[in-house]
Amino acid sequence: MKGANLGEFEELVLLTIASMASEAYSVAICDELEKYTGRTAKLGVVHSALNRLEEKGMAKSRLGEATSARGGKRKRFYEVSHAGKVALVKSKEVRENIWRNIPGFNLEGSI
Amino acid sequence: MKQQPKATPPRWATRFLHWYCRPRLLEDLEGDLNEYFGRNVARKGIRSARLIYILDVLKFLRPYTIRKIEFFHFFIHWIMIGSYFKTSRRSLVRNKLFSLINIVGLAVSMSVGLLVISIVSDLYSYDDFQDKKDRTYRIITKTVENGQTSETNLASTSIRVGEKIKESVPAIEDVTAMRVGFSGDAKVSNSTVPIEATWADNSFLKVFKFPLLKGDLETALKEPQSLVLTEKTAEKLFGESDALGKTVRFDSTIYTVTGVVQNVPKLSHINFQALISLSSIDAGHKDADLHSWANIWQNYVYVTLPEPIDATKLQPALDRLSKQENKTLTNRTVSVSMQPMKDIVLGGSLMNNIGPTFAPPVMWTLCGLAIVVILSACFNYTNLSVARSMRRSREVGIRKIIGAQKSHVLGQFMAESVIIALLALVFSFALFMVLRKEFLGLDKHIADVFSLNISIQNILYFLLLAVITGIAAGLMPALFFSKMNALHVMKDASSMKIFRRVGIRKVLIVVQFTLSLIFIAATLIGYNQYKGLVTFNLGFKTENIINLRLQGNKGNILAKELAQIPAVKGISQSMMITSLGSKHGTNLTYKTDSTLVWENQVDEHYLPLHQHQFLAGQNFTARPEKGKESEIIVNQQVLKRFNIADQNPEKALGKIVFVSGQQLAIVGVVKDFHYGSLENRIEPVMFRYSSEPDRYLNVKIVSQDLPATLESIQKVWRKLDKVHELDAKIYDEQIEEAYAQFSLILKIIGFIAFLAICIASLGLFGMVVFTTETKLKEISIRKVLGASETGLIYLLCKGFLLLLVISTVIALPVTYLFFDKVVLTKFPYHQAISITDMLGGSLIVMLLAFLLIGSQTVKAARNNPAKVLKSE
Repeated sequence: MKGANLGEFEELVLLTIASMASEAYSVAICDELEKYTGRTAKLGVVHSALNRLEEKGMAKSRLGEATSARGGKRKRFYEVSHAGKVALVKSKEVRENIWRNIPGFNLEGSI
Repeated sequence: MKQQPKATPPRWATRFLHWYCRPRLLEDLEGDLNEYFGRNVARKGIRSARLIYILDVLKFLRPYTIRKIEFFHFFIHWIMIGSYFKTSRRSLVRNKLFSLINIVGLAVSMSVGLLVISIVSDLYSYDDFQDKKDRTYRIITKTVENGQTSETNLASTSIRVGEKIKESVPAIEDVTAMRVGFSGDAKVSNSTVPIEATWADNSFLKVFKFPLLKGDLETALKEPQSLVLTEKTAEKLFGESDALGKTVRFDSTIYTVTGVVQNVPKLSHINFQALISLSSIDAGHKDADLHSWANIWQNYVYVTLPEPIDATKLQPALDRLSKQENKTLTNRTVSVSMQPMKDIVLGGSLMNNIGPTFAPPVMWTLCGLAIVVILSACFNYTNLSVARSMRRSREVGIRKIIGAQKSHVLGQFMAESVIIALLALVFSFALFMVLRKEFLGLDKHIADVFSLNISIQNILYFLLLAVITGIAAGLMPALFFSKMNALHVMKDASSMKIFRRVGIRKVLIVVQFTLSLIFIAATLIGYNQYKGLVTFNLGFKTENIINLRLQGNKGNILAKELAQIPAVKGISQSMMITSLGSKHGTNLTYKTDSTLVWENQVDEHYLPLHQHQFLAGQNFTARPEKGKESEIIVNQQVLKRFNIADQNPEKALGKIVFVSGQQLAIVGVVKDFHYGSLENRIEPVMFRYSSEPDRYLNVKIVSQDLPATLESIQKVWRKLDKVHELDAKIYDEQIEEAYAQFSLILKIIGFIAFLAICIASLGLFGMVVFTTETKLKEISIRKVLGASETGLIYLLCKGFLLLLVISTVIALPVTYLFFDKVVLTKFPYHQAISITDMLGGSLIVMLLAFLLIGSQTVKAARNNPAKVLKSE
């Protein structure tokens, strides 16, 4: 299956969704990402990433209630699906495995 | 207090987003963009927020956001087409009057469109049979006289260009030179046939595709005194027998037929009866003048390149050639350039052009006129369909409720209008066949220039025109119907605002009538101007003069014979006929000043016969032989140009000028007259004496019975010349012929004006019928309550009459200004525009419209109210 792996940016987006509980919709995700990474997150990039995640089945979405804000348009809220959780945990394990195998890697000394 | 309007993103960008975005993604995406827009307004101001919004909308145009094309919708169209057909047919049959108006209007207007399509396609397919058309170029020439600023653009050039051009532009594949103007009597064993031929060099038949039926392509035009005939000429000279190798005598020279080519196709800008090898001119002794750089009046040079290129790229090389060769000239400069062969027919007018030319503006005007007429018919369709929309709203409503989408209803009504246009095309094709014949017969030159054949390609264009016309006519009604709200329509059809679009309809009617009035006024003004041109006081008399082309006969002998005819009152001879547009010029030198002066060589009878007015001096007194002239008669402009004797005619007498190396004394000054056409101002002109100019006889007749007089002239001619046909024309008719192009344009515009009026009136009629029908109840109630008939008629008419008045108010000033400021400034000797003409035209249109409106409204007003109201 093509969608078994997570790209780096996709992983970040998915983690952000997970961290935001029920309030995760595109604009809010952008803002959070900016907070976490310190980089500007463009809506276009995040939007397509969300779309891909949903296609891969790692995120689920539902439309919220209409409000008078946003020109009366509803928000699309995202949450991490089971497959998404599995993928996140797996990717974390892979990283930790590698980290463990680096002998005496000292971050402080190298800079 | 009024609230500050909230900042909104640009509407069109949102609409664009709606158009392309997948429905599933659309809502939240639009919300996101809105949210960002709100933030940006707060942060960066409204202008940059809008800009960012637009950019974002464009940036989101990605594969995953674009909606899929729903083939199913197209599929439905195909399924439904049968139903569309059925309903279209029913509605056509049910409303016979409106269908008739639509179909007749479209058919008539499209037939003009068909004619224009065939004309344009003819023009573009000129020389198409030449397989090197796209890479053949003609060398054209620009020349300026020393001391003058006006340059003359010539289609002809010097033969020397042909000889030198390969050195300057090595890329050239082939060069050929030709020279026009050979005319003579071909004598074969027992018959004499006058022939006009063209001199051409040996590569002529290689550059151009005139396939040889007999003879050798390599050598056909190589040797001096070689003659290549067309099939037709060969048959004329030799009948059925083989022409190849036979001899033909012109005067004392014997030519040998070395080839026979196929007849020249009609759509060829080069036309000839026979070709004579160019080397014939040089045979015996080389004619230096023929090959000189200054001899640019009768020769044409064509080159082919290995592939089509931009002709301006070779211009520097040609400029170098011109510069180098100009060193040999003293009194003028000549510069050459290349003109692609495909631009020759549509290249605008060049002097000494061969073949037909058609100025692109004329062509575009023709297209424009056709489009205007077709649009007018489309307006009718639009107007009537929208006006009658109420009657079909239920159908649309049911379709929509059953599940038709906007695009389906749109498709249905577009299909209907296209079907009607195609139906109209059938009728318009029949009309076109009639029009075509009329058009070809309009003027004798038209049949030579156009073939108007109906090719497969043209038929495809015709169909295309019908489809486009259908779409143009049906677009507005179709949009109107597709936007209809189904529930509204079904609930209560009468609540529909059928007159909501009245504004647009009124505008369309005003546009139609404005255009019609402009056409009518233009025709009337044009006719007046044309009459003015033809009957203009030229400064001399042309009445009762017959001009007779001598065609090589001795003028004096013929004159003596003609003088025997009792109706002939006087005969003079001249080198040319003035006021018809052609010009001959020679340099005249006064003291040190020298310039080109137009001339006519005449005998002593010419000036009195044409009643030229002498301001001073008198007619020629001496009767010298050619080359030994001593006298000259000039017009006032010559005195003005050279400032001879302070422009005083009396004192100018006896002053000496030099012409063609002769010393001539001014013996007479004639009043200014029109030597050229009336499109130009009067220029300096001189009369030189020649006892036998040998070109034309001007025969003044006084006769009650013109045909009998012409008959007797014909008899005299037959006696002296058995070969040539008599070429005698009445001067006044020749003048009319010289302005034939204007009368032609007038006829065409007049015809279009007629059509435009008819179509606009048809449309108006339809609208009036419809309005009175829908208002029948209102009228009846008014009548019951005591309204008078005149009052009712006024009530019904006033709306339409107001529209007509508005059209007149727009059309007349526009026409006046157009003629006054644009067209007539090109004619220095035009007539004043008469206001009565313009008003007269619009009065006719008004009267017609009033009749149409009146007939219907009177009918409605006279209706028995009881009958109408009873049926409620």
